Amino acid sequence: MTEKNINLAISSSPHAHSGASVRGIMLTVIIALTPALLWGFWLFGWPAVVLTATCVAACVGAEALSRRLMKRNLGIGDGSAVVTGILLAMCLPPSLPLFMAVIGAVVAIVLAKQVFGGLGYNPFNPALVGRVFLTISFPFAMIQWTAPGPPPADDTHAVTAATPLAAWETEWSGQDETAGFFEEFPLVDLFFGNQAGSFGEVSAFLLLLGGLFLIWRRCVHWQTPVFYLGTVTLIAIILYGIDSQRYLSPAYHLFSGGLMLGAWFMATDMVTSPVTSRGMMVFGAGCGVLTMVIRVWGGYPEGVSFAILLMNAAVPLINRYTRPRVFGTSKS
Amino acid sequence: MKTRIAPYRCAGGLHPVYHKSLTAGAAVTALPLPSIFAISLAQHLGAPARPLVKKNETVGRGQPLAEPAGFISAWIHAPTSGKIKAIDEQWTATGRRATVITLESDGEDRWADGYPLPPLPADADRKQQIDRVAAAGIAGMGGAGFPTHVKLSPPPGKTIDTLIINGAECEPYLTADHRVMIEDADRLRQGIDRIRRLLGTCAVRIAIEDNKPDAIKAMEQALQSLDGDVELIVLPSAYPQGAEKQLIYSVTGREVPSGGLPMDVGALVENVGTAIAVTDALDSGWPLTERVMTATGSALTQPANLRVRIGTLFETIIEHCGGARIPPVKVICGGPMMGTALPSIAAGVCKTTSGLLLMPADAVHLFESTPCIGCGRCVMYCPMRLMPCTLSEAGEAEDDELLEAFRVLDCIECGSCAYVCPAHRPMVQHMKNSKARIALMRRKRETSRQRES
Repeated sequence: MTEKNINLAISSSPHAHSGASVRGIMLTVIIALTPALLWGFWLFGWPAVVLTATCVAACVGAEALSRRLMKRNLGIGDGSAVVTGILLAMCLPPSLPLFMAVIGAVVAIVLAKQVFGGLGYNPFNPALVGRVFLTISFPFAMIQWTAPGPPPADDTHAVTAATPLAAWETEWSGQDETAGFFEEFPLVDLFFGNQAGSFGEVSAFLLLLGGLFLIWRRCVHWQTPVFYLGTVTLIAIILYGIDSQRYLSPAYHLFSGGLMLGAWFMATDMVTSPVTSRGMMVFGAGCGVLTMVIRVWGGYPEGVSFAILLMNAAVPLINRYTRPRVFGTSKS
Repeated sequence: MKTRIAPYRCAGGLHPVYHKSLTAGAAVTALPLPSIFAISLAQHLGAPARPLVKKNETVGRGQPLAEPAGFISAWIHAPTSGKIKAIDEQWTATGRRATVITLESDGEDRWADGYPLPPLPADADRKQQIDRVAAAGIAGMGGAGFPTHVKLSPPPGKTIDTLIINGAECEPYLTADHRVMIEDADRLRQGIDRIRRLLGTCAVRIAIEDNKPDAIKAMEQALQSLDGDVELIVLPSAYPQGAEKQLIYSVTGREVPSGGLPMDVGALVENVGTAIAVTDALDSGWPLTERVMTATGSALTQPANLRVRIGTLFETIIEHCGGARIPPVKVICGGPMMGTALPSIAAGVCKTTSGLLLMPADAVHLFESTPCIGCGRCVMYCPMRLMPCTLSEAGEAEDDELLEAFRVLDCIECGSCAYVCPAHRPMVQHMKNSKARIALMRRKRETSRQRES
């Protein structure tokens, strides 16, 4: 080395990094969502595509605008607004009027995220806040479900259909004869995704695949989804054992509604879930209990969104009480 | 002697890219005697040593240049014969400024009068032997630099029943201990034996990570002749497996209490290089004036494992290794996880310097940090089971109450949290700042309390 006064970079250790980045994580989530997303596009056609494009554009636009108004650096490069847009679209009815989708997206980004300071500071999952806001504001539009499959010849696409959970709650629960329900909603259709519902939530199978991909890529800790789904299953088994005429079987609970999307992609949202291992277990179990309480006894046929949002509120508390025991101390 | 897998598994456990193949197969070579040395007086943990020589004084190899300035401090000796050119404050390998003695070699490498000291046999008086270890200026060569004689003389009431020899070398890039275990196995055995006898009856555990099968084999062979309760413990390769507390846990299942020392759980950990320095001091009468280190990094033309005299300039080492292949952007003293970024390559090798790492632009990450996204990875990987994300935010807010409640002082600064952080938060920097600030506050409180009473 000839020159002595080379400019050396000085920083605190460590001087190596795993290469992980927020952007990389968001990209992985998008990849994990893709199979279920494409399935939704195929099943419900252009309305689903346009809905997704609208939600993503509205989310990114709202993010950029609010960052600029707050005079912060734009920060849309991290891809989190794109993920919020996709997740929001996936939990909406495919034929939802687009202006409603835009309202949902703006509420998700501005009210649920940027008002708190942006990514990392938001206590609630933005996509779920957007969805719940729409559920409350437009209760009728939010339950206009399109029948799955190619549109009929006369192109009246909005053939309304019932979702299994809603049909069970309003028509079949407690009836003496429930075989008709199982004929109308075969379990295999629910599992693979040939059912009416929010367009990204229909295929339990593809969402499960995406979730396993996230675990493999270490973007999701196993505790949250396993405890969430496990708790739902456990409660469903107990109820089903008590009265199978009144309560749906565990398999129907697992593969219908927003549970798979919620358990793998919403409850596991890093910002709004606990950071400790035990905390994730408590959080997952709490989501499971609340989901079942709302599904079985609540006014709505589906409770995943409310359950996760309620548990989001408890995250700081959960983190506090599930601190690991520090090495060399007897009590945490 | 038997070999077995580590019986306990500590928390955390990172698998960084090791880059050890750059030098793992390179035999240790001696660096030719340099003409100039920069000897820091703050090479060890504790009080910097007090200089004993004056400018322009001529010294011989092994002659004490500085004496300990407290109970936790260490002697420092001339690495070769020559003339003292300067005694002034400079940047050192620890990344801080300290008093440095500049020595110009006369090329003769002549021992000072009375040096090397007469060998001390194993049956010599115990205190005499420990005094010799102190007089040789030995301080933990794994990186912490804790004066070895202090560790060897536990206060009454503390007994050491397990001596652990640390050959884990879990830092990426570094292969010095690895090569020493292969090439210097016999001297190492001798050093282990000397330390064991100084401690009285105690079990010996030599711990090596399983990514060094050749070192495990060499040590198995060398240790055959060592009788008593001796075991070679094969550790899983996981960072920071070689950190003192984690190592003790992996080997014995005992947790060093928060704020305590290894002797509190009856353990003593010595680095491979330190054990060799002990036999050098006792069996050969040499003060600690040289060590083995790894010069490496993709910006260095010829990475190597080198035997260097203490005080050798990093410049000299880089020159010896063929210079920089591409301009280095960062020069690290030590390994990439816990090493110090050097402001200048004019500093000299310390007793604790295990490596010199030249990182080119493509290996250096200069990130902009963003808010924590709560991914929980740091919590999963923290070997102390802390919550680094919470501590990092509390550190930024200078919330000392929260920092103490969440035990920031237990952080070992291993860097696992920052390594995995997707938001690129400078966690270790936050921890170091918080720890220093809290320590300062405590000292202030202490002095004001003393003043009142």
